[in-house]
Amino acid sequence: MPRTHLDVSRRNFLMSTGIIGLAATGLWLPGKAMADTPKKGGNFILGLKGGESTDTLDPALNTGNASSYALFAFGDYLLEQGPDGSLLPSLAESWEASDDNKRWHFKIRQGVEFHNGKPLTASDVAKTLQRHSSEKTKSGALGAMRGIQEIREEGDGVTLVLTTPDADLPYLMLDYHLVIQPDGGMENPANGIGTGPYRLVQEEPGVRYRFEKFDRHWNKDVGHFDSHEIVVINDDTARVAAMQAGQVHAIDKVPPRVAKLVGNAPGVKVSVTESPGHYVFVMHTDTPPFDNQNLRLALKYAINRQEMVDKILNGFGEVGNDTPINQSYLYFDNSLPQRAFSIEKAADYYKKSGHDGSPIVLRVSDAAFTGAVDAAQLFQQTANAAGIPLEVKREPADGYWSEVWNKQPFCASYWGGRPTQDQMWSVGYLSTADWNDTHFRNKDFDALLLQARAETDAAKRTELFGKMARIVWEEGGLINPMFNQFIDGYADTVAGWVSYPGHAMLRGYIAKLTWFA
Amino acid sequence: MSTLLNSAPKSALAGLAVTTLFFGMAVFAQVIAPYGMSDVVGSVWEPASSAHWLGTDNIGRDLFTRMLYGGRTTIFVATAATVLSFVAGSVLGFAAAVAGGWLDQLLSRSVDLVMSVPGLIFALVVLSVLPPSLPVLILVMAFLDSTRVYRLCRSVAGDIVVMDYIEVARLRSEGLGWTIFHEILPNAMSPLVAEFGMRFIFMVLYLSTLSFLGLGIQPPSTDWGAIVKENSDGLVYGIPAALAPAIAIAILAIAINLVADWVLSRTTSLKGGRA
Amino acid sequence: MHPVLKLLMQRMALGILLLIASSILIFCGTLVLPGDVAQAVLGQSATPEALANLRHDLGLDQSAVQRYFHWVNGILHGDFGKALSNGADISHSISLRLGNTLFLASWAAAISIPLAITLGILSVRFRNRWPDRVISIFALATTSVPEFILAYLVMFVVAVKWRWLPPVSLINDTMSVGEKLQATALPVLVLVLVVLAHMMRMTRAAILNVMESAYIETAVLKGLTGFQVILSHALPNVIAPIANVVILNLAYLVVGVVAVEVVFVYPGMGQYLVDHVSKRDVPVVQATGLIFSSVYILLNTMADLIGIISNPRLRNPK
Repeated sequence: MPRTHLDVSRRNFLMSTGIIGLAATGLWLPGKAMADTPKKGGNFILGLKGGESTDTLDPALNTGNASSYALFAFGDYLLEQGPDGSLLPSLAESWEASDDNKRWHFKIRQGVEFHNGKPLTASDVAKTLQRHSSEKTKSGALGAMRGIQEIREEGDGVTLVLTTPDADLPYLMLDYHLVIQPDGGMENPANGIGTGPYRLVQEEPGVRYRFEKFDRHWNKDVGHFDSHEIVVINDDTARVAAMQAGQVHAIDKVPPRVAKLVGNAPGVKVSVTESPGHYVFVMHTDTPPFDNQNLRLALKYAINRQEMVDKILNGFGEVGNDTPINQSYLYFDNSLPQRAFSIEKAADYYKKSGHDGSPIVLRVSDAAFTGAVDAAQLFQQTANAAGIPLEVKREPADGYWSEVWNKQPFCASYWGGRPTQDQMWSVGYLSTADWNDTHFRNKDFDALLLQARAETDAAKRTELFGKMARIVWEEGGLINPMFNQFIDGYADTVAGWVSYPGHAMLRGYIAKLTWFA
Repeated sequence: MSTLLNSAPKSALAGLAVTTLFFGMAVFAQVIAPYGMSDVVGSVWEPASSAHWLGTDNIGRDLFTRMLYGGRTTIFVATAATVLSFVAGSVLGFAAAVAGGWLDQLLSRSVDLVMSVPGLIFALVVLSVLPPSLPVLILVMAFLDSTRVYRLCRSVAGDIVVMDYIEVARLRSEGLGWTIFHEILPNAMSPLVAEFGMRFIFMVLYLSTLSFLGLGIQPPSTDWGAIVKENSDGLVYGIPAALAPAIAIAILAIAINLVADWVLSRTTSLKGGRA
Repeated sequence: MHPVLKLLMQRMALGILLLIASSILIFCGTLVLPGDVAQAVLGQSATPEALANLRHDLGLDQSAVQRYFHWVNGILHGDFGKALSNGADISHSISLRLGNTLFLASWAAAISIPLAITLGILSVRFRNRWPDRVISIFALATTSVPEFILAYLVMFVVAVKWRWLPPVSLINDTMSVGEKLQATALPVLVLVLVVLAHMMRMTRAAILNVMESAYIETAVLKGLTGFQVILSHALPNVIAPIANVVILNLAYLVVGVVAVEVVFVYPGMGQYLVDHVSKRDVPVVQATGLIFSSVYILLNTMADLIGIISNPRLRNPK
């Protein structure tokens, strides 16, 4: 009898862009390693989860975790980000906005060469951005690019004209899809040619990517290794074993349950960074019985958040508060009280809801997030104790995101977070949002969002975002028990490691910025 | 019966005792279990103690309790599916061998066809068409497995039907059923019994694979394979929770096969000289 | 025409018919699969516009019959088409992956089949004595442990604790056969442990089944030793059932080793199929399904032929 083991439909956890504002909270301290002088040479092997033989190097269609790291190796972006969240020049030497923040101009760096020998021009940049924003594109960046009305070459650079003012536009250029490609990648988008510090020499989707140092890279201060390899190791235990045995120099997504043990192993270091990613259960607020606010509140009070953080994340996370926002976002309103686990309140609200006692089915799969089935069973225990007839139904991992998520009224979900609060609320909670997975429609909320987007005063913005959070906290369909953290492992021979709050693996810049001590 | 047991070797008795014990624990799981099946009673992966004989599992449930309930599912489903698969597979396999001709071709080629479709694709299609319930699960497992049993029976019986005593039976114009049960079955018993022991193990393991596909046992119910999977993270760091169900499967496998060995020796000695 | 030759021709013709039937079955099966390729390819973060654009590009609006004949026509010209998900040439990808799978399967088979039959014979020879017991219990124990647990245990003991071999099998084209063997030693070991018991138990049972037949008693009376009797009198008469079980396990080694591939990061066919099933990449699922089908049909036909050839009475019908 053939025995098969399925590990399919893993979610891509890599966020499209970064978190800003962590420097303000004082969480980031420059690493001592920054002061050391980098050494050149060596073959750097990265072991990553999340690669399949279906992956493509076309930046527009890229969704795999491992393949997105390949983009960072062979490609450059208009801008980069520092560990403190600040914007740094890259292929754009400088950038400036018109007074009304409706026109943005990026000055393109001269003397940059693609791996195929072609020099970088403003036209390559313009075409790249056009490819990702045309109505016909399949690009994952399309959502971010929608506010751009016009992209045109102008003088030594590229000018973007927006439909509405946006002071945060440069942050959109950090989206990992927006690798600058020769001729915009119009002809052959998946050929893996960019201006990055490493040149692609071998591509085996779902298995490995091999690179060699690109000697004519414009920035001599990055890309210290002679060669670089990305190896896909989807199995958690195997990835940790490969790290411990020295087959790879760094791994991502160390399982929380073993993170402490891995950190104790000789020659291995572990880096933990907080994130805006959250493991959640979502209810459709327009579908019975979840259209009943009392029932929603009953379920929200019936979940033991601390137990989830302890048991599902082994402490590598923080409790959620039924909104998608935590303090890693700028303009976070901390006056919202933390909702506490209360069987009495849950039972009260359940009684008030007048639910007929028929089973309330929660559909889950570990495809939603690691430990989702376990988390749902913990939830079931506490809910049943409050008299709520919660039932757990495990769905196939295969096809979970297309068949269950956003289709069934109550299921598990994962959100990786967005670079700004505005974006997070816009993609998931606005009445017209594409991925409004709680079917949340609230006119007051929508009006507040538009108001907040136009607001320039920080205190007022915080207040507006706070009001929105409170509405979702009270009326929304989101049960958010926990925010997860990123756990990376790396060999102690790797120098130059810097923690990028909100990101794993130095925000993907790992092969660029580190070196062998 | 008592003389039968007296004549059995010690190993067979041990096998029989363990098998009976496991089946007994499965039947009386509810009575024996110290806690509720899905009650969270402690923290994650507590070591064995007087309160928790085998410690706790990956979300803090009593592992011994989980093992009892998991064993009940595993033993019930695997036994039912194996028996069904053997009845269907062997009867059809023998019939095909005895009848020959178009029946043989039709059955054999249909079985080849089913076997040729990769199990993963098959399981996914079934999954999308049928509602996941215990009877469906057992039938799917038995159906897929009976193709393997069929092939074995067809090939074992193929060697038997050319024997003279089958020819004699044919000349006496015995019916198909009579030939199968009086001539073929006793002579094909050994490989069948050995295969039964192995198939049972594969069913136990297959059940956990199906669980993973979403066709298997629904939480919070469980089976041994699922307990192994849930707790396997800790294994390589010295947390032995995953080993308990793995060892239970192995012990049951060995016990059942010890009994099979005994049955095997009895069937071979019974028909001595018959061929 | 010699009857065996005729049977052989018949079986081959049947094999081809079966292949056609199974191609239709696989084609229809993949159509029934729930889920949408465009959604699966682009993931949760896909916008409706992007989905519509991709669906149109993939020609998902064509009829099923049209697509089937287009597909078969391509295969007859040695072209499986391109993967929907990343545009990779399927024939090329499969040739690499199939090569890897066959490499692993053949080494596992080359070790496990002779080992299983030898152990089976030893078990019969020392029946109900300690060698028989030790062999049986060891083989049953390794088989009944889920294979990924076996893989983890082997990985941690041999690779992480003792550091004898690398934990994951990172292979590439530039490696020599020796290097590849070293890199894949752990998965081969696990596979051998997984398939050993079934073949060993069947060998033992099948030989025991004929051991008390009259002709074996005659051989014993002639004064032949235990091994001589087993090897020259019992074994030749039980090749058919043993071949059957061996073939089942061979097929498993080719088709069913996804768990071992995943744990040891070995780029074989199983992982390739699973990846593309999850992305609803229908052309690849169909191509891979067809290859697996052919392997099964080929192996089953072989088992049947071995059964026919090894049975003197079937070979020379009256």
